[in-house]
Amino acid sequence: MLQAKPLKSRVDDALSNEQLHTNFRSAMSYLVEKRSQQFPDKEDLINSRNAASSIRSNSLAKLPELLIKLEENLEKNNIKVHWAETDDEANNIIYQILKEANAKTVAKGKSMVTEEIELNEFLDSKGIDILETDLGEFLVQLANEKPSHIVMPAIHKSRKEISRVFADHFPEFPYTENVDLITQQARKILRDRFRQADAGISGVNFAVAETGTICLVENEGNGRMCTTAPPLHIAVAGIEKVVENLSDVPTLLNILTKSATGQEITTYFNMISSPRKEDEKDGPSSMHVVLLDNGRSKIHQNNVMQETLKCIRCGACINHCPVYTQLGGHAYGTVYPGPIGITLEPQQKGITELGDLTSLCSLCGACGEVCPVQIPLPRLINQLRSETVEGDYMKQFIEGVGSQRKPIESFTWQIWKYIYSNSFLYSICSIVITKLSFLSPKRVGGWSKYRVTPSPSKVSLKQLAKQAGIKNE
Amino acid sequence: MSNEAYFLGTCIVDLFYPKAGIAGMQILQREGVEVIYPSGQTCCGQPAFNSGYRKEALKVARAQMRCFPKDIPIVIPSGSCAGMMKYHWRDLFEGESDFDSAMAVAERVYEFTEFLVDKLDINLTDLGEPKQITIHTSCSSRNEMKVDDKIETLVSQLSKVEVLEQERKSECCGFGGTFAIKQADISGSMVKDKTSAIKATNASCVISQECGCMMNIGGALEKQNSQIKTQHIAQFLWDRTNASS
Repeated sequence: MLQAKPLKSRVDDALSNEQLHTNFRSAMSYLVEKRSQQFPDKEDLINSRNAASSIRSNSLAKLPELLIKLEENLEKNNIKVHWAETDDEANNIIYQILKEANAKTVAKGKSMVTEEIELNEFLDSKGIDILETDLGEFLVQLANEKPSHIVMPAIHKSRKEISRVFADHFPEFPYTENVDLITQQARKILRDRFRQADAGISGVNFAVAETGTICLVENEGNGRMCTTAPPLHIAVAGIEKVVENLSDVPTLLNILTKSATGQEITTYFNMISSPRKEDEKDGPSSMHVVLLDNGRSKIHQNNVMQETLKCIRCGACINHCPVYTQLGGHAYGTVYPGPIGITLEPQQKGITELGDLTSLCSLCGACGEVCPVQIPLPRLINQLRSETVEGDYMKQFIEGVGSQRKPIESFTWQIWKYIYSNSFLYSICSIVITKLSFLSPKRVGGWSKYRVTPSPSKVSLKQLAKQAGIKNE
Repeated sequence: MSNEAYFLGTCIVDLFYPKAGIAGMQILQREGVEVIYPSGQTCCGQPAFNSGYRKEALKVARAQMRCFPKDIPIVIPSGSCAGMMKYHWRDLFEGESDFDSAMAVAERVYEFTEFLVDKLDINLTDLGEPKQITIHTSCSSRNEMKVDDKIETLVSQLSKVEVLEQERKSECCGFGGTFAIKQADISGSMVKDKTSAIKATNASCVISQECGCMMNIGGALEKQNSQIKTQHIAQFLWDRTNASS
């Protein structure tokens, strides 16, 4: 849906929007600072990242086995498990569950995986009334937009823009730019919704195989409402969300909240281990978990790219990405933006369609440094770049390998290879370039739009070294 | 000989910043290092590698290996070229018959400031005029080579140099090799933010371990008609500590 325009014009739109740049710059600076306050000790941070990383690696190493165990234990807990290979399958499963329960209205908690399968659009087309209840998602839904960040979906909006959206949709409330008042208004609207909803749909942060427990991290209490107030709860999870043991959870939760929003812990942390039992006063009477593949098992088969699946969706890579800070999330045109987005999305949807996303990276490495589970994002992005123009060994894993190879670019690198792998040829070129440096072009494409074009020196280092009598062996 | 070291000048220094390269070698010589500059050297392969053209990068990287046969350190005045050899040659040469020899070369790589501080334990005497500068630690020096503190250590030995801190110091300047050409407008927007932060410090000079960043930041400052100069750390140190300059 966001893909309507080509990448170049999405980038142009983002860069020409001053307000957007200001919004993202200040939001990202704030998040970077908040995160760093949570990790005052470098050594502690290294230890926490090591621990979290090995938990996630363990999950991936034992993925098939853990998923079976998860299914067994969820079913033991009276939670019905469904497997979905594709987005279509997941949507249809969810729709069937709702239909059987005669559910017409749905209250939804924040979930990126349901964005991935475009659940809202699907259920909407089936006549089901689905309402986002996370404040940011609620705003995005009202504005008929898409999230621009995986943790803070409405972060692209300024306070004024938010006030406008609210006033347009709820004229019964007086216009205000007071955040607290807007939140109170939203609370009123959402509370009614929780009371009326026939079903609640949520995502999953961690699915514990050992105990069949679904964990949900949130700040607003809407997640708890969605999963306890309506009579039916459906949780949707990517298959990579599984962890082996309950004791894995504290380590992951701790580093997740610190990395994501710079919080020591979120306001709410839900551990759901069954629907309502006979002697209990609340909770849904029935519960379902939909486990979604959608390309994940294919990624899992590749030893290098598998690390993509360690992601716990904290968004720290996004917050620290200088390219994301310039563009915001919508320019990526994908569900997941930023470093994790340009790594994950081309693997899921193919290089033909999304390979150009790998150019949205200066390989600065900031993402790899902050990732709480140590995904080597710069390395994976670089690997994917090579898959876009060459490489045959990933053909069985990723669609469109080599499809972005362009004749002129490829020819340039061939010439480069011949000159730079032959020191004699290089010396001749070097002499010509330095002697004729006055002829060097003053304009080089987009470079000279922002900078003066450098002229080659009149004498090369090789010549200077020779003149200085430096030993040449 | 234990005091020998190779100098790998890098392709960008060879053709655009040769004075930085020669200054680097002169400092090493002054500290008693017997510098060898193999004239057959060209490039570590980084530009093609980072653009996805690994086969081409491999051929060029391979051609360097025979230039540095002795088991002595290889000193490189660039964090990214050093990082390329030290860490990315592993991916580049994986599965190749000369993988082990490539790793043997990669193991001997030192970034220039790292070598001065960690290996030579250098002591500098500042002979220059009082100067206010700001430091641009490149992303590869910081995130890959983890030597961003070395440039700070060296500059702190210069008694008449005052270092002014910029906002968002650790943010990328937008160079990223071919990124600056492929995503020219994003890169342009990034370097604009970087130069604004640099200008706000009122420093007269930006010092860096990386000539790529210098080309980017310096080129942008010049385009904006700023008087702020950019200089590679090697040349900056040589100019301030060499009695005859």
